Amino acid sequence: MAEQELKRPVPSSNALTEPFWEATKQHKLVVQYCEGCDKLVWYPREICPDCWTMEGIEWREVSGKGRLHTFTVIRQAADPWFQQRVPYVYGVVELDEGPRMISGIQCEVEDAVCDMRVEAVFEDLDDDWTIVQFKPAS
Amino acid sequence: MSDRSIRGAAAITGFAEIKPERRKPGRTAVGLAAELAKNCVEDAGLTKDQVNGLITHIPYSHNIEFAEYLGLKPVWSHSVDQMGGSGATSLTVAAAAVATGLADNVLVIVCSSQWGGFGGGTEPSPDGHGAQYVRAHGPGPGANYEYAQIATRYQHLYNLSDEDRVNIAVQQRENAQANPNAVFYGQPATADDILNSRMVADPLRLLECVMPCIGGAAVIVSAADETDYSPNPPVYLLGAGCATDRGVPGLSYAPDMTISPVKVSAERAFATAGLTPQDMDIAQIYDCYTIAIICEFEDAGFAPKGEGGQWFASHDVTYKGEFPVNTHGGQLSFGQAGSGGGMSHVVEGVRQMMGRGEGRQAHKDLNYAFINNNGGGLSVEASLVFGKGVD
Repeated sequence: MAEQELKRPVPSSNALTEPFWEATKQHKLVVQYCEGCDKLVWYPREICPDCWTMEGIEWREVSGKGRLHTFTVIRQAADPWFQQRVPYVYGVVELDEGPRMISGIQCEVEDAVCDMRVEAVFEDLDDDWTIVQFKPAS
Repeated sequence: MSDRSIRGAAAITGFAEIKPERRKPGRTAVGLAAELAKNCVEDAGLTKDQVNGLITHIPYSHNIEFAEYLGLKPVWSHSVDQMGGSGATSLTVAAAAVATGLADNVLVIVCSSQWGGFGGGTEPSPDGHGAQYVRAHGPGPGANYEYAQIATRYQHLYNLSDEDRVNIAVQQRENAQANPNAVFYGQPATADDILNSRMVADPLRLLECVMPCIGGAAVIVSAADETDYSPNPPVYLLGAGCATDRGVPGLSYAPDMTISPVKVSAERAFATAGLTPQDMDIAQIYDCYTIAIICEFEDAGFAPKGEGGQWFASHDVTYKGEFPVNTHGGQLSFGQAGSGGGMSHVVEGVRQMMGRGEGRQAHKDLNYAFINNNGGGLSVEASLVFGKGVD
């Protein structure tokens, strides 16, 4: 298949996560916050996994700064669009505020090291979708 | 932990296994499962009419549909889906059923097919975790990227060399040379062969990742005091533990992704059996990737945390050695028939305990065996302790 026919996979959303995806469009990173526990929660849920409240959960903006907890270099992708872009870095970022997020890491494959400082970078995929990824902190 | 115990309540009296292969043209999942059922019941010394319990994990087939397909009318049946942990978990469910009189002889079948290896064929939710937060970042196929990230973090914490990480794969490949059913039978491999195979997800090379295959395995479980019908020496279930402490993809949110829930499942299995890791004569441990078996082996208590790779490099764990591990070749050299990959460790444990290991029978007396199945990126674990008798 020619490259121009391939499309990058986009995320999806539901009623619960609409605020997260609306925030990324404005290049803001928000995660859930449980008022009762005073804890941030990622990934979004309809219940706090600690106290089981289904009421007191709100969205909070976070700094987008953190550390690269772990990573791999994908040399064989599952998706054809990504297969044309191997090798690339894929990892888990631990935000300074605590939660960990799965993310593409925008750096050269030889530059990725565990615990390096990273910061959020927003990528507008199309009119509907903006994803948050991370790159080495400037 | 409860005072109630499954210890010594159930025994395995027979098994069957289908040779794992990359392709089996014309074979269906239910057809493979039916072949396993027939061979397993015969091996145990039973007739079809004596089987009144059924547990299945067959791609795209429910246990109820499959009972009808087989012409069975079980008084108790279940589908069990614990991903890669389905085989060993099914054993615990079957044992609980015969121990409480819900069924007398339970047939447990776990297999894969050309249409898929894991689960009952359900598609990921279109607005689930993977679709929302993973897909747009380009994860690799299968679980390669998950275990690769565990390996990266592990090497960061414990300074494990590539050579030490692949040693277990080399020794299991040697075991596979004595198992004509192994997918890599007739193809020995050195550490260099493995390290020079193509990198798929750093730091994991191709030969550190399982070969997806079509196949499966089955066992019969009966109450421990009702096994006289069988020509085989019964293998008793002395201990069992199942644990999960993270979701899928599990590794991202676990406090320490290099420490698996085996810590809990094995501890419970040993406590139930009243035994320790040092009492075990042999172990069959889920090895979808080199790093997976290293983590499980350590967390079960066979080597200090962070030293599993070095432990394998300095111990003979072939069938000829002091502490045989994965005598069938492990999934890395035997092949992974979907969730049946986990079941291959269960069946190999039974086979060795019955003394039916043929060319790969352990060169030592076997009184106790440890079995571990893992699934979902170290998110679900099932540990078993088998005994030759019940003391």
